Amino acid sequence: MSATLDRPARFGAFVGRLLGGLYGAIMNLPERPMRAAQARLRDGRLGWLFVMPNLLVFAIFTFLPIVIDFWYSVTGGAQLLPGDRPYVGTGNFDSLLTCKNYLDPTTCERDLFWYGVWNTLRFVVLQVTLMIFFSLLTALVLNRKIAGRGFFRAAFFYPVLLSPVVVALIWKWILQRNGILNAGIQAFGGQGTDWLIHANWAFFWTVLVSIWGHMGFYTLILLAGLQAIPADIYEAAAMDAASPWRTFRRLTLPLLMPSLLVVFILAMIRAVQIFDEVYVLTGGGPGTATVYMVQFIYQTGFAQGVRQYGLAAAGSLLLAAVLLVFTLFQLRTMRRGAG
Amino acid sequence: MSHRCSLAALAFAAGAALAASPASAADIRISCYSDGNECPVQKEMSAEFMKENPDINVIIDEVPYSAILQSLPVQLAAGHGPDIARVTAFGTISQYFLDMRPYLKDADYWDKNFSKTLAWLRPTPQDKGIYGLPTQLTITGAIVNKSLFEQANVPMPGPTVTWDDWAAAVDKVAKATNVPHGMAWDRSGHRFAGPAISYGAKYFNADGTPNVIDDGFKAMGSRFLDWNKNATVDRDVWVSSGGGYRDAFSEFQNGQIVLYYSGSWQVRRLEKQIGDGFDWVVAGDPCGPAACSGMPGGAILVGFKQTKSPEAVAKYLDWFAQPQRYAELMSKTENIPAQQELQTSGAVKYNVTAAGNAAIGAFLTETTRLSPVAYQLQGYKYNFQIFNPTVDRLSQAIAGQITLDQAYARITQDVADALATANQK
Repeated sequence: MSATLDRPARFGAFVGRLLGGLYGAIMNLPERPMRAAQARLRDGRLGWLFVMPNLLVFAIFTFLPIVIDFWYSVTGGAQLLPGDRPYVGTGNFDSLLTCKNYLDPTTCERDLFWYGVWNTLRFVVLQVTLMIFFSLLTALVLNRKIAGRGFFRAAFFYPVLLSPVVVALIWKWILQRNGILNAGIQAFGGQGTDWLIHANWAFFWTVLVSIWGHMGFYTLILLAGLQAIPADIYEAAAMDAASPWRTFRRLTLPLLMPSLLVVFILAMIRAVQIFDEVYVLTGGGPGTATVYMVQFIYQTGFAQGVRQYGLAAAGSLLLAAVLLVFTLFQLRTMRRGAG
Repeated sequence: MSHRCSLAALAFAAGAALAASPASAADIRISCYSDGNECPVQKEMSAEFMKENPDINVIIDEVPYSAILQSLPVQLAAGHGPDIARVTAFGTISQYFLDMRPYLKDADYWDKNFSKTLAWLRPTPQDKGIYGLPTQLTITGAIVNKSLFEQANVPMPGPTVTWDDWAAAVDKVAKATNVPHGMAWDRSGHRFAGPAISYGAKYFNADGTPNVIDDGFKAMGSRFLDWNKNATVDRDVWVSSGGGYRDAFSEFQNGQIVLYYSGSWQVRRLEKQIGDGFDWVVAGDPCGPAACSGMPGGAILVGFKQTKSPEAVAKYLDWFAQPQRYAELMSKTENIPAQQELQTSGAVKYNVTAAGNAAIGAFLTETTRLSPVAYQLQGYKYNFQIFNPTVDRLSQAIAGQITLDQAYARITQDVADALATANQK
């Protein structure tokens, strides 16, 4: 009887020892090479060994594409493989930057690029300004103790969860000639408008749709910033009989400035990169009224029978330079804030 | 140690085998897109082929049309393309086409029956290669809402009437029936080309080099601009959607236009989606002083050089090319045959309504009126580099951003730039 009881126990002990030994062996596996590495590299350089896998991933998926992009920008032809492409020096950049009058894209060698540049600039100024204004307004309202606050917070954030393509398609159904907006206007006796045929209207809607799609994210950042402001400051202001406007201007705004700066930089970078929702909504039309820089790059490099990869790469590097300036500005601002 | 080594060796061998041969020698992988039901029909018929040829396994990947235009060239350049693909833009990937002639039992049959469309795939007129099987011949043409003409009590123009007369007629009908626009054209340079050729556009110099802008092109360009301005043409189609192709089928389906300029590939949709909503007829291609031409086009199943089974690829396409099966393919997909004998013999029986049959018949008639310039343009390697700037620049002019003359200058420059890039070695 005891023998039958002992057998499972012995088996259990054996399995335990086996697994323990296996675990120990696996855990000890890096011991030797690590000791050797430690002895060879010393502590100062050992850290590099640990970050090496991450660095390799970065090198392959981030730095290598940048290098390849550089190579494409100084080569011509329609060949896909980098080795097959003829070197043209700064030819692609020259072609993009040749203009008789930079303010008039029709005088530029690559007019579509310059339509993209000016449209992007207009878009950035208008969209970022309005985005910050509406995000701040929404955050201020949602920071108050209003009925259904949780619901409204979720409702404003909801579009951020949608794919940009879905956002664009929803708005396309609203704005097209026989869309919901015109149907609503006509139901009230008004006359519908071809919202996406008139250049100014189409541009306006691209701005509004992108604000609608992304505002929730920035509202959330500002809301977090508002909630981080200590309540006793407001109590002190109330005791001093400060008006709401004065409280906002003298207390809220200065204390919210770090969050506002983050929102400003992030919104700016996102606005410069605008592409997906506009491409689905207007395709860059009417004419070139809503062609932005990224669409030019995409169409030149990928949507033509003869793909001008070099020109697209040069355009993408110019765009990257703009984004780099914004990113450095953001980093500097954040470091200052942290300091 | 030896056990560990053998395990590693086994794993390496398995990995290497997988990497080296993603499919067995007789596997054929096909990238297929559908205009209607082409891929399902091809799958169904391929099952029959595999029964007859058990040593060949056909795998059909259904992909969107955009994947054929955008991803396929990259796949081919990287050496990882399929064995066969259904394509419509031939020029820029022609260097990858497999010449099936050495593998075909009866190449003369192909030469005799597919001569016009096979020429589109050849890099030079001297080339005699057989690079693919045309599975669909398309012809552009005008589709008309007959019910609206009847309501307006306006006689429908005949087959030799000019675009100007058609514009006047559809305008009259639109006004009488309170329809917003007389006509709409698909947003496509290919669609514009037929009417332009009818008005005398030559597109090429005598030596075959492209010369897009001439008096014929301008004659149609200025008409098209005027029609957009005075609302004869629905400018929403060309102007509101930049960046690519857009058809005007929904406008026609919803009774918003009287005449829809599109092509034979719409017959299936017209039948299924309009049904008995209203009467429609194919009016063919209106005329101009030079011709009454539309544009041919179509999809072709092409084999690629990088295939490991060129014999199997040729056998598969040859199987489909035989008259009886080709007729079955056309009948089931409701396409116009590119096989020249079947075009005239009437051997293809379509299971469609009377309106559908009449439409296919009308489009077949249009094949006889196509201008040689239309064939030349469709067969030109870089024709998309002519079609795309045509649409983009004319759209800019219609939107009022640039003048028509500026649009013409830009089209010329865009074509020249693209050709310079293509020829840069």
